[in-house]
Amino acid sequence: MESLHMKDRDVVVPGDIVATGMGFLPSKGTYRESDKVIADRVGLLSVEGKVLKVVPLTGGYAPKIGDRVIGQVNDVLFSGWRVDLFGPYSAVLGVKDATNEFIGRGANLAEIFGLGDIVVCKLINVTSQKLIDVSLRGPGLRQLKGGRLIKVNAAKVPRIIGKDGTMVSMIKQATGINIVVGMNGMVWIDGTPEGEVVAAETIQKIQDEAHLGGLTNRIKDFLEQKTGKKVEPRAMQEGE
Amino acid sequence: MMSEQKQHVLKYLAKNIRFDGRKPLDYRDVTVEYGISKSAEGSARVRIGGTEVIAGVKISIEKPYPDTPDKGNLMVNAELRPMASPKFESGPPSDQGIELARVVDRGIRESECIDVHDLVIKEGELVWSVSIDIVAVNDEGNLFDAAGLAALAALLDARMPGKNEFNKADYDKRTDEKLPLKTRPVPITVFKIGATFLVDPLSDEEENFDARLTVACKDDGSLAALQKGGEGSLTIDEIDHMVGIALERSAWLREKLGR
Repeated sequence: MESLHMKDRDVVVPGDIVATGMGFLPSKGTYRESDKVIADRVGLLSVEGKVLKVVPLTGGYAPKIGDRVIGQVNDVLFSGWRVDLFGPYSAVLGVKDATNEFIGRGANLAEIFGLGDIVVCKLINVTSQKLIDVSLRGPGLRQLKGGRLIKVNAAKVPRIIGKDGTMVSMIKQATGINIVVGMNGMVWIDGTPEGEVVAAETIQKIQDEAHLGGLTNRIKDFLEQKTGKKVEPRAMQEGE
Repeated sequence: MMSEQKQHVLKYLAKNIRFDGRKPLDYRDVTVEYGISKSAEGSARVRIGGTEVIAGVKISIEKPYPDTPDKGNLMVNAELRPMASPKFESGPPSDQGIELARVVDRGIRESECIDVHDLVIKEGELVWSVSIDIVAVNDEGNLFDAAGLAALAALLDARMPGKNEFNKADYDKRTDEKLPLKTRPVPITVFKIGATFLVDPLSDEEENFDARLTVACKDDGSLAALQKGGEGSLTIDEIDHMVGIALERSAWLREKLGR
């Protein structure tokens, strides 16, 4: 007897029996026990045909290969740097992944990256024990100078970026500042103080209202009212 | 060398604006909630923006210390739990936690808000012992003011327990009697970053300040205690200016107590 016990976009808590029957496929945030599919996170249920998953409402950052994250160098190692990812796990940036330039034998690594430096990097390996390797080789990956960091809920990062980067694009149009969003819930902003304050408020608003519909238009109105500039929701351009 | 983070803070302050859009002498929203704990004689929760501190008062009957037979006991203890901020570690209190407790203690003690002589039941033998426990629940800056305000609010909320035939406090028989408070000392911490003075700092500002001065202000506009922190120096004129800011802001903050 197959049946779905909950609707799409229902709030679920760990232990909720979402569906009964072997026809349903548990995906992220759910698991199967005998013929039942049970939620293991707090979030909104998403039903796509027979695939059941839970979109978390909150939670820490779960590292995934290929993610672009913002980290802070917190130790200089023998052949690389330890990078704090502002979450439960830290990463290692090896010398060979740090730069395209030649680093000679015996070079003082602290002169390349020192304690406290902020980098936007990419996860190139995550082991089952959550030992993480990051790389700075790739488009857009670099050290971030100046600016400030805002910590946001890692589960809301996709909403802050928006579909095809529309949200970030709108904030940039309205305030003229630079933004880098890391999947680990760190957002780096740099520009005029006034612009940064508006951007920080907007990011907070997106976080608070991420679960409600019509977000893009509300953020558009909010930005236009705050800055008096016209913004249009458009996809991010190449190189932004 | 000045850190990039500090340069960024200074860039803001040069335009008279803060990371959250406030002016240097603006406070975030302050709320005070009373009676949050049933087991404490008095308790309060204070929120300043995202910063949250709870405080509880326990009142018991003890023997006075041998060197002060005519004084009751007053103790302040503060805990900075790791859940409040990634900067805090578990284990014995850090320097920061000890300083927080000491500054709150000094504000209450030196303002003579509680006259410790009033706590004596029988000189040399029995006195009331008032112990204030402060717990930081979330740190987004300005724990000093939040902790001081929470401790004061908990004292205002406190009701004396009863006394049984063995001369012990009887917590089943609470009375309506309040602690004999004479004034309401409110601490205001004024920070100096570069050439700017500001109150109610955010964590980013607390990490990059030059000097700070915590001023415990009494109801009548007089000072009860000062605590200076940070590596930067202050001139006499600067201290005058900071005390002026603190006195002005303390009257506003005291209103928030509502009692």
